[in-house]
Amino acid sequence: MAVTSINGGRPWTFYLLGGIFTLYVAFLYGPMVCIYVLSFQGEQGGLGFPMRGASMHWFEQLIEQGDTGDLIGAIARSLPLALLVMVVTVVISFAAGMAFRARFPGSGPLFYLVIAALVAPGYVLGIGIGLMFQLLGWDTNWYTSALGAQLSWTLPFGLLIMFAVFGRFNRSYEEAARDLGAFPLQTLRLVIVPILLPGVIAVALFGFTLSYDEFARTLQTVGSNNTVPIEIWSMTQNVTSPSIYALGTLTTALSFGVIGLSLGAIALIQRRRQGTLIK
Amino acid sequence: MDSTADLSRTEISEHAGAVELAGIVKRYPNGHLAVDGINLRIAGGSYCCLLGPSGCGKTTMLRMIAGHENPTEGEICIDGTDVVGQPPRLRGTAMMFQNYALFPHLSVRDNVAFSLKVRGLSRTERFREADRVIEQVQLTALANRLPLQLSGGQQQRVALARAIITQPRLLLLDEPLSALDEFLRLQMRAELKEMQQRLGITFIHVTHTQLEAVAVADQVVVMSQGRVVQSSSARGIYTEPDSAYVARFMGGQNVLSGSLESVAGGIATLTGGYAVRLIGRAPPIGKNVEFAVRRDRVHLVQAGQPGTPGVNAVTGVVRAVEYQGIFVKATLIPDLGGAEFVIYIDEGEYFQAPVGIGARATGWWNIEEAHLLQAD
Repeated sequence: MAVTSINGGRPWTFYLLGGIFTLYVAFLYGPMVCIYVLSFQGEQGGLGFPMRGASMHWFEQLIEQGDTGDLIGAIARSLPLALLVMVVTVVISFAAGMAFRARFPGSGPLFYLVIAALVAPGYVLGIGIGLMFQLLGWDTNWYTSALGAQLSWTLPFGLLIMFAVFGRFNRSYEEAARDLGAFPLQTLRLVIVPILLPGVIAVALFGFTLSYDEFARTLQTVGSNNTVPIEIWSMTQNVTSPSIYALGTLTTALSFGVIGLSLGAIALIQRRRQGTLIK
Repeated sequence: MDSTADLSRTEISEHAGAVELAGIVKRYPNGHLAVDGINLRIAGGSYCCLLGPSGCGKTTMLRMIAGHENPTEGEICIDGTDVVGQPPRLRGTAMMFQNYALFPHLSVRDNVAFSLKVRGLSRTERFREADRVIEQVQLTALANRLPLQLSGGQQQRVALARAIITQPRLLLLDEPLSALDEFLRLQMRAELKEMQQRLGITFIHVTHTQLEAVAVADQVVVMSQGRVVQSSSARGIYTEPDSAYVARFMGGQNVLSGSLESVAGGIATLTGGYAVRLIGRAPPIGKNVEFAVRRDRVHLVQAGQPGTPGVNAVTGVVRAVEYQGIFVKATLIPDLGGAEFVIYIDEGEYFQAPVGIGARATGWWNIEEAHLLQAD
């Protein structure tokens, strides 16, 4: 509720903060909206405003692939890579979250070691991995070196989220399950995972989107076949048509789709849990 | 090992669920000594309360009996078998957790049927059994609800149903009433007692509330700093406390003391004009002796009123008078110093000769009401 002064008007700070917020939103979404609008540029239109009519022409151009590079191929690599990163991140960070509750010897230093990977400059890390593969005589590829590079980024994130999730998890649920005769795997499957599912989905979501958007670490590790962000980047080097905007619109739509699905799943679980009263 | 096992086997009571704790010590890795040498016997089929202030080790003791923690030393025998090291599943125990720990993602029926599910019973079998137990706790109408849709009292009943469906011989309850409001607490404690009577199994109930313990328990075990300070029947612990600690902790008693002046005919005379009947050997002359006088056995009169005995009395200024419905609570500040002296006087008796705040008054009692305490 807004604070209203006695005479019914709003205090001047309301307008100041409101103004700052409006600017913030404009800077956040304005450029993106420009891209989305321009992607529907007419056939005669150029890279900037004004719009010369509206069309789906640039989307068609994109699919036809002619001068725009191998976008379909890039998506066909980026999607499975993102799914792979998602699964590995969820499994490892969940297991690590469980393990870190025990405060085993060396857990503190190990935690900082993992978190340090977040602060390490991604581009340099990518170069390092690329060099290492070269040294070992292995080919860099999206499903080997790029996968590893991306995991160095998503795992610490996943672990941090899992820490928060387990921090709020009441251990008496586990003890209750044990007390009722459940074996450890039954406790995991029937109690811990279902209760923590919203948190697990959040980690999955992070793993997927971080991988799908990853650029710095992937650039030097992806090998000869590009992922979507690298493909877009290389397109900006030689494509000078609104196709590039159409591409931005498409990939954004895909990302939003994934996020929407995940949030929907979380909401569904919460709804089932709190639920409407069953008469 | 064999001799102790034989010893306990000869003393198994006829009801299952007898517990014997022998030399239990629990020391945590950080050096904290939570339980410091507990020996205790709990009869099968009885209702036992572990009572003590927070941090006295009562919950740790309960968790060790349940198998969620292991003692550093000692034996925990259930019906004559040492269960230390066994998982809860094999002990024939069930525990009700402090905040019930109902699985939030499962309905009442699924919560209650959980132990049958992990034992591999089919859906029909386990739901049939769960519904039977849910009916026992009168929750049939709510069987499809989730825990968050239930009131505190209903949640407690689900927890109870979930625990008893395993048909334990020993039910362990960790502060089962602490999450409830005052009204529900009284109702649910009666239900717990009733359930214990019906099932005929042993209940061990941890609480820090004195009245709760004496209301339900056959055996009250008062704990302090990891030790048992007294174990007795509810009435025994209330009316015949062993030590000043128990007398003060249970309430309802005034703890007084004086040094021993003389002994005659089994009665000790103390400084301050007190007399108390001795139990066993007399302490040496001059030794400080503590005794307890029940608050509700003291007569309250205006100071200096003719006929007031000169001995076994405390005179002082009335600091407070509280009307409590069936009795009146009067607090005196004794002339001779020491702790406040509290008198519970029958409501009718008080209003025949009321004594107001600030007045001087005497509380006196018969020698039979003075109960000798052992030194702590």
